[in-house]
Formats: sequence, C-alpha cells, structure tokens
Amino acid sequence: MITAEQLWLIPLLPLLAAGLGALTPRRGLAVASGAAIAGLVGSFIVSCLALRTALAHPAEHAAYNFTWFALGDGAVRLGWLLDPLTAFMCVMVTFVGSLIFIFSLGYMKEDPNAARFFCFLSLFAAAMLGILISNSLLSLFVSWELVGLASYLLIGFWFHKPEAAAAAKKAFITTRIGDLGFLLGLVWLYDATGTLLLFDNGAGALEAPALGGMAAQVAMFGLPVTTGIGLLLFCGAVGKSGQFPLHVWLPDAMEGPTPVSALIHAATMVAAGVFLIARIYPLMAADLVMEAAPIHALTVVAFIGAITALMGAVIAVAQNDIKRILAFSTVSQLGYMMLAIGVGSWTAAIFHLLTHAFFKALLFLGAGSVIHAAHHEQDIRRLGGLKGHMKATFGTFAIGMMALAGVPFVFSGFWSKEAILHAAHEWDVSHLPLYAGLCAVVLTAFYMTRLMAETFFGKARTEEASHAHENSAVMTVPLVLLAICSILLGFLGTPAHPWLQSQLLGAEVEAHGIFEGAGLMILSIVLVGGGIGLGWFIYGRNLRAMATDKDPLERASPGLIAFLGKRLMFDELYAATAGRLNTFGAAFSDFMDRQVWGGLVNFTGRFGLFSGWFSRDTDEGGLNGGFDAGSAGLRGSGKFYSRRQSGDAHGYLRTVALGFVVLVIAVMLGGGW
Amino acid sequence: MIAFVVIAVIVLAAASVAMCLRNLVHSVLLLVGCWAGIAAFYLWAGAEFVAFAQLLVYVGAVSMLSLFAVLLTRRSFHDLDIAPESVTRATWALLTAGAVAGVLVGTILGSPLGKVADSAPPVSVRQLGEELAGPQVAGLLVVGVILTVALLGGVVIAAQDKEGKQ
Amino acid sequence: MNPLQLCLVLSALLFSVGLGAALSRSHAILVLLGVELMLNAANLNFIAFWRYGPPTAPADGILFVIFSIAVAAAEAAVGLALVIAIYRHQKNIRLQEASKLKG
Repeated sequence: MITAEQLWLIPLLPLLAAGLGALTPRRGLAVASGAAIAGLVGSFIVSCLALRTALAHPAEHAAYNFTWFALGDGAVRLGWLLDPLTAFMCVMVTFVGSLIFIFSLGYMKEDPNAARFFCFLSLFAAAMLGILISNSLLSLFVSWELVGLASYLLIGFWFHKPEAAAAAKKAFITTRIGDLGFLLGLVWLYDATGTLLLFDNGAGALEAPALGGMAAQVAMFGLPVTTGIGLLLFCGAVGKSGQFPLHVWLPDAMEGPTPVSALIHAATMVAAGVFLIARIYPLMAADLVMEAAPIHALTVVAFIGAITALMGAVIAVAQNDIKRILAFSTVSQLGYMMLAIGVGSWTAAIFHLLTHAFFKALLFLGAGSVIHAAHHEQDIRRLGGLKGHMKATFGTFAIGMMALAGVPFVFSGFWSKEAILHAAHEWDVSHLPLYAGLCAVVLTAFYMTRLMAETFFGKARTEEASHAHENSAVMTVPLVLLAICSILLGFLGTPAHPWLQSQLLGAEVEAHGIFEGAGLMILSIVLVGGGIGLGWFIYGRNLRAMATDKDPLERASPGLIAFLGKRLMFDELYAATAGRLNTFGAAFSDFMDRQVWGGLVNFTGRFGLFSGWFSRDTDEGGLNGGFDAGSAGLRGSGKFYSRRQSGDAHGYLRTVALGFVVLVIAVMLGGGW
Repeated sequence: MIAFVVIAVIVLAAASVAMCLRNLVHSVLLLVGCWAGIAAFYLWAGAEFVAFAQLLVYVGAVSMLSLFAVLLTRRSFHDLDIAPESVTRATWALLTAGAVAGVLVGTILGSPLGKVADSAPPVSVRQLGEELAGPQVAGLLVVGVILTVALLGGVVIAAQDKEGKQ
Repeated sequence: MNPLQLCLVLSALLFSVGLGAALSRSHAILVLLGVELMLNAANLNFIAFWRYGPPTAPADGILFVIFSIAVAAAEAAVGLALVIAIYRHQKNIRLQEASKLKG
C-alpha cells in the first residue's frame, strides 16, 4: 500500500538510475539502459499502487508535509501530495516513459554515447515525477527547473550539430523567460499567504481560508491578488507548455533524438505546464467571485489557449519535416488543453492531456521508426510509399493519426476533444475560443491526412525511402501497446460514463447520454470528415511523383504557404522587436553609462534580459569578431542577446556591485527598512 | 579596543597596499600579513579555533598556492611585474568599490543594533567537535566531498596532456 | 559606536578593498585574491555577530566560519588551477582576454 508518505519512491527510482547511468562508462550501455528501464518500470508499479490508494478516496488530497529547514521563527516546508490527479499523471508518465525508453534501445543502439542518453532520460523522468508529486510549489519549482535542465541536455544531445546546440539553448532561454514569471508568482504567493504548501489541513495556499483572503485583496487596477499571482504562475506554464507567444522553442527542439521528442515534447515536459495550471486551478479560479474585476485569470488562459490551438494548426499545414508537423500539432493540442482549463473544465484538459500523451507519443515514435528506417530522412516530400515496407509502423501510425484528428467513437482523441469543445460551448464569457477550436479541428484532420498521404502512400521518391524496412520488435512492440492505449483510453471518460472526470473531481459527474449536445458533436464530426476529405482530395488523390514537385497548396498561393512555412515569421518578429528593443536599450545604456548613471541602467536592463552590457572595446570585439557557430544558429533575438554577453568578467562583476548599491538605495528610499 | 584598532589598521593597510602593488610576489606576501591580521582579530574576539584554522588554511596553504601560481605563470625570471592597469577601469573600480563601501558603512551605522553581549559565548573545542560529529555531520561530509572533488578537479584542470596539446 | 558596528565597518571596508581589486586588476591571480578578501570579510561578519550579536546556539557562528573557510580553500584550489590552465592555453592571464566562452 502506497500512501502519500512513500510517494518519494516514485521519482527516486529513476533518479537512482540516472546516478548509476552517470557513473557507467561509455561502453556500459547495457547497465545504463537496464537501470533506466528497470527504474522507470519500478516507479510505474509504485504509481499503480498509489493510484489504487488515491482512487479509494478520490475526494481527498492526502498530503504528507515535513520541515526542510527552519529559519528563525519560520520554517521552509515541503511535502508530497497524493490525489487522483497526481496518481493518473504518474501512471501515464511512467507507462509512456517506459515504452519510450524501450523504444530508445532500438533507436539509439548505434549511437556511441547512448549510455549518457539513458542517464539523461532517467534524470528527466525523475524531475518530471518530482513535479507531479510535489505538495509544495517550492519543490515543484525545483523539479520544474530540473526538467528544463534535462530537456536542455537532451535536445542538445547531438551537440556537435550546431542546430541542435542552438535549439537546446533556445529552449532553455525561452522557457527561462516564463520561469521568471513563475518565480515572481511564487514570491508573491509566499508574501500573500506565508506558505508555499498547496494542501496543509486548511492552512495551504490552495485551501479556502488562504484563497478567500487573497481574492478579497485588490493589488492594482482593481485586480485581485490571486489574478496577479495566477497570471505570473501561468507565465511559467506558457513557457514550458509552448503556448503563444513563447512557443518558438518547441519546434526547434525537434533537433533532439526522436525518443526525446516523444518523451519531452509530446507526453511529459510540455504537459507540465498544463498540469501546473490544473493543479493550482482553485487559485486560478479564485477571482471568479469578484464579478467587478476587469479581467479574470482564467479568461486570459482561455484566449491564450485558443490562439495557440489555432496558430499551431495553421502553421503545421505548411511544414515539410515530419517531426515539425507533429511539433506544431503538439503546440496546437496544448492550446486545446489550456483552452479547456480557461473555460473552467480542468478535468477535460487532463483527460485530453492523458489521451494526447499516448497518441502523440505513438505518433512521435512512429515518426522515429520511419526516420530510423529511412536513414534519418525527415522531409515528407522525400519519403513516400512506406505503407508496403513498414506495415506495423503504418498501422499504428494510422491509429495515432486518427486519434489526433478525432475520428469519432472509436479513438480516444475524439472523446477528449469533444469534452473540451463541449466545455467551450458552455462558457458564457465568449464563444471565440470555441470557434478557434473548431477551426483547429478541420486543420488538424487536414494536415494529418497530408502527412499520412505523403509519407506512406504512393511510390518511394528517394533512395532512402525505397530501401526502408520495418524495424525490430523492440521498436514496434511499444508502438502497438501505445496504439492499443490510444483507442482504449477514450472510454474512460465518455459523456455517458464520465468515470475519469468523476475520479479527478472527487465527486460524481452527472452522466449524459452519448448524444447529449449532439449538435456540436455532429458539427465536429462533419468538420473532421471535411478535413480528412479535403486532405485526401488535395494530397491523396494525386500523389506527388517527385520529391521536388511543388505542393498543390503552394501552387495555389505561394506567398501564404511560404509565410506559414516560416512559422508566421515569429522568429523574425522577435528578432525585429525584442532584438531591436534590445539594441536600442543597449545603445541607450552606453550613453547613460558614459554620462552619470554607470551600471544602473545596465542592471535594470540585464535583469529583464532585454538590455545588456555594452562597452566600447567589447563592442569592437563583439561586432567585428563575429559569432561562433552556436550563436549563429540561434537566429533572431538570440544573436542580439549573445552580442551583449561581452565575456568581460570585470563588467559582469561591476554590474552586480552597482546593482547591489542601487537596490540598497532603492530599499532605503522606499522606506522598506 | 586599542588592540582592535591596531589590527584593523594593519589588515586594511596590508590589503589595500597588496591590491595596488605591481609586483605579484610582494602582493601575496602582504596578503599573508593581512590574513594573519584577520587571525589576530579572531583571537581578539575569542574564537581561537577559527583563528588557528585561518592561520593554517590562509597563511599556510592559500598563500603557498598563490605563490606557486604566480611563479608558474610567468615567462621569465624578471617577469614578476605586471603591466599597469587601464585608467578607465581603475577609476570605475574605485567608484564602484567606494559606492559599495559607502552603502555598507552607511547602513551599518544607521542600523539600530541594540545592546551587545558583554563576553563571547563560551565554546570549547570539544563542543565544536560534538556539534560537527553530531547535528552538523551532514555538512561536514558535504564539505569533505567538496574538498575531494576540488582536489581532483584542480589536478584534472591543471594537468598537462602527454602530447602537450594544452 | 559600539564594538559590533566597529567590526562590521572593518569587514565592510575589507570587502570593498577586495571588490576594488577584483574590479580593477586584470591579472587573474589578483582578481582571485580579491575574491578571497571578500570571503574573509564575510567571515569577519560571522565572528562579529557571534561575539556581539543576540545570543544563539553558542557554536553556530564558529561552525559557519569553519565551513566557509573549507569551501574557500576548495575555491582557491580550483581557481588557481584554472589560472594555470588558462595560462597554458593563451600564454598570459589577463582576465579580459579570457573571454572565449562569450556568446
């Protein structure tokens, strides 16, 4: 029997495996991979036992808290939390994770550094599980940053490729921007409630007394404190979950090995943001009681989610890299989840998170299987005709595709997406998110059909594709298992029998007939059918004969597709705006620097990463010396940032010292002594 | 109190002069004086154990390490003097350090620190040992690991490849 | 001015001397020694508060300083090893020239 007190076992096992993996030499692949898989399977078993405990009392948030250290009168306390949300997530992460680990055995077997790879994978899984079981936002934040570190290591695993190194850096820096908001939210929450524990027998931050107190306080502009804190915490989720406007890192992160994409960028890491918001949902929703508040935190979440869902789907239409299409579909699906939370149905979001984790992991692993078979060819224009060579991959991939597109009644994606659309329909603030969601439904069906048609049907268009053959069982068995789950999981939460939702909420959810709200369901079925039909009409009917043929859509409107292909020019936009602002800030700093203010301006500037150090001689070096390959790959804003990193240790230290002086003076003037 | 003033003057003077000299060996030797002065301060304050630790670690070990580093990183016997610093940076450094000193001293003098204790809390070495082996044993172990890792790290970083690549 | 304030002022001035050296000198060894001085100043604070501050557990201040000295020793060893490595690499140890890792 696993209770909250023993929950630390779950992240500990993978952590031990990571430690062991770090100590094994390069050739010790068997030890490292065996430890990783054993560790994660072990924590899967523990998670299942924990799920059993949690389901016995679904309404209870069983917390085990302990004092980490005492400081004067206060104490920093941490804790573990066991409720159905935690338990379901743990089971999902460990199950999908184990399958991905096994798949990696086949995928990475030729890589000389595979032992290191398994060490990083285990570290990643441990950090993710740490997020899930935390009852304290502090330990959650620590695990959150560890996830960031592990993803940096994994995305940059092939760091000898400049693109991979740059993508790792980009992912790390972009998510850090969101994490800054997260950290500020934590500090504010601690200031407002005096605790970072979520549940603590009535004294936790998510429990009624603290929430009531915070919701009644007005911070500024008529906004309750909880709105401010909620939105700051949401910033962290925006970064981690690849929401607009911080989604730019996620597609680039596909430079990592494909199992990493499946693990991090489909099933777990990006889900962390959604999980966080679902976890702190009482806090996010606390301001709803204030009718007069100009904006509610959840409204922002809903609209960000809707924008992300639509944008991701639109961009995915014009991508040609198989993994990038999946990456943008992940962005889009994460938008759906945020949308669901925003419109008030966090159970639908978690339902979609769970189903999505399975079918997206399936799709990524399927893509990995294709890529592995086709000698690392990822461009769908240069694949084709794989249906005959790779039957198992084709079949499972098709199941994943239909689950993602939402083909009705059988596949899990249909039920979870339907739950979200239904919740959006009932939201009384605005129907715009619903319309965005419905548009994304068509687009999703359309681009997934295109992906299938281009990759698997027709004739092989290159040497690599024609020589592709099915992979070994170590890679296909996980695919089959994931495909089975992608179908079965949907039946946990159908409207007729909303078992999952009831367990998550801890209260019986009223069962509706399958056909309740049939109008919306029929509409979305029609839309899915329309999307698939359109995709087949454009791509499937007359398959491209040559890899260099133009895309039919590109022929119709080349400008639009090129624009979409460049991902709506977000990278360029950031280079032009944030980057320009940065240059301007730096020039301004230079001016002030040589006049009176010295490092003061620089400090405030550096603090937001939007300004930087700029001194005369380093300017010469920075501008004329050029950048090394790593920063050259980090396009746009990255280039501007790196130019400010002058490498001048004296400058850094001086900035810190002057920043200290400014802070002290500010505190004294502010009377905060 | 006179003892304190003498110690303070010695420490500050030795440190300032050491940081301004152009001959590195002289700098290190003056710093040895400064560290010894700090040890004297610890003795004056009643922390004998810390004073001896300071003597052993700084006056004994770090100074030797610094001298070796100085001697190992010069190209010829007469290469001990280093080039004068850039005036701009020195000015900035002085201004910054002065500002930090001003802010720190200002806040110290402006803070109501309350009544001070009359005598040092009595701590015997035995007590220290019991603390270190009892409640603080985790810290002690961590420090041990850090020192070991630092030692190995120092060897690895400074070691020369056989082919003389680096 | 009470003795606690005197000790703290001494430590503040020592810290500033170290900071000034770390900021102005380009020789990496001197910068490191400046950092050591700053660390020493922090230790002075511990002892000053231990001696004159409000009563706490009697050994706390001393234990802090002992740990701090141990870590400082590790830092000095690694720092000076780095200096030697840098010297071997670029034949001088001017800090402003050791900027290969900038972005």
